[in-house]
Amino acid sequence: MHFFSQVASWFGQRTHWHGSNGIPTLFVHQVLLSFAVIGAALVVGGGVGLLLGHYRRGALVAVNSANAARAIPTLALLTLFAILPAISLTWNGFLASFLALVILAIPPILTNTYVGVREVDADVRRAAAGMGMSGGQVMLGVELPLALPVIATGVRVAAIEVVATSTLAAYVSYGDLGTYVIAGLDTNDTVEAFCGGLLVALTAAAVAVVFGRLQRLATPAPLRRAAPALVTAGTGKGGV
Amino acid sequence: MPGGPLIAGLFEWSALPAWSTVRADLVQHIELSVIAVAIGSAIALPLGVATWRYRFVRLPVFAFSSALYVLPSLALFVIILPVTGIGSVLTAEVALVGYTLLILVMNVVAGLEAVPPDVREATAAMGYSPTAALVRVDLALALPYLVGGLRIATTTVVGLVTVTALIGLGGLGRLITTGFNADNSSSVLAGLVLSVALAAAFDLLLVGAEKLLVPWSRARRRSPAGARA
Repeated sequence: MHFFSQVASWFGQRTHWHGSNGIPTLFVHQVLLSFAVIGAALVVGGGVGLLLGHYRRGALVAVNSANAARAIPTLALLTLFAILPAISLTWNGFLASFLALVILAIPPILTNTYVGVREVDADVRRAAAGMGMSGGQVMLGVELPLALPVIATGVRVAAIEVVATSTLAAYVSYGDLGTYVIAGLDTNDTVEAFCGGLLVALTAAAVAVVFGRLQRLATPAPLRRAAPALVTAGTGKGGV
Repeated sequence: MPGGPLIAGLFEWSALPAWSTVRADLVQHIELSVIAVAIGSAIALPLGVATWRYRFVRLPVFAFSSALYVLPSLALFVIILPVTGIGSVLTAEVALVGYTLLILVMNVVAGLEAVPPDVREATAAMGYSPTAALVRVDLALALPYLVGGLRIATTTVVGLVTVTALIGLGGLGRLITTGFNADNSSSVLAGLVLSVALAAAFDLLLVGAEKLLVPWSRARRRSPAGARA
């Protein structure tokens, strides 16, 4: 019980709730970083996925990038960017963290956008073209809205990964909730590391719930079933 | 090594740690990854079968494994740290195994669900007991999915093991953290490249194993209706 009283007293300390190293500030930093990353990844990954899906090009890359990207250790990208003199610790580590996390977030969004667009019923696309819609109008007015639920799944998966991994940004001195974890580990202060872990876990859970809701909103009511899974089962030969 | 101003001097062979150090880290990385996937599979296979057979366990199993999946690995490491201790392999493995569960269980269930109903009727008509049918027919036909799950889980775990360096374990993450602390980009790059190469090597091994175990999969149509998100 000794440990839990230490945890309680850690959370009770005033300094942990105020100022530039307080929980509210660090939480806001983590949310800011994550949203900037997801926004950028949505523009790049969604844009490329939409174009590839519309023109039916690059299937191999588009379909497999999400799984292949799982192999990239974000810790390595993060530290590599932080070492590069051109990036270094610009904006207190924000830039290095942003770039590393965008690379993490693009593949799931790209893959899902591509698959969502590709799976739009060919009859629907032909009908749109037959009504006189141009290629661009079909892409933005027909394929994009119909693919939205699948794209939203990709965004949710990316958001969960980004928020989880943004914890590592503290390692390159960006001040988010991971700071408590990294500082706690550095000083062998398991109480602080534990409390940081708890805060990070709560944030990740909240993000998962919020993006689950957003995904539900992006899905037309008749198509709403149980929330799609975070992980896709498959034989590794296609599919999302 | 000449390069653009951005990447000049990013990698120098001479800046790498001794090969014996790199090899030790590589070996520990392999150990940590293999243990996690092995234990994860040992738990996920029966759990997946139970989830497939008894519908009422589906919700709790998926809720539990999704929760573990959503939790950041580093957060999970430090949350169980007070119990398991810093630098302990157990700390890493509990979190890594937890991370593989959702991936593996989902694939076991999807694979068993993909078995055509007429095959199931045929096995019943041929007098297979439910257990024999499960082992000899259902799970055999689900093999492509089981391997698919193993591939995703292995790739993910190999990437995640780099983070265990932050909780005082070896593995390729140590090349990354020591490289960062010493401003040595060669060491970080070595950790990055070796980690990706290791994931690719495991993936090739699993693809090869699938070819041996499931000779009929090559004959099947390219994109079986995998349960898509």
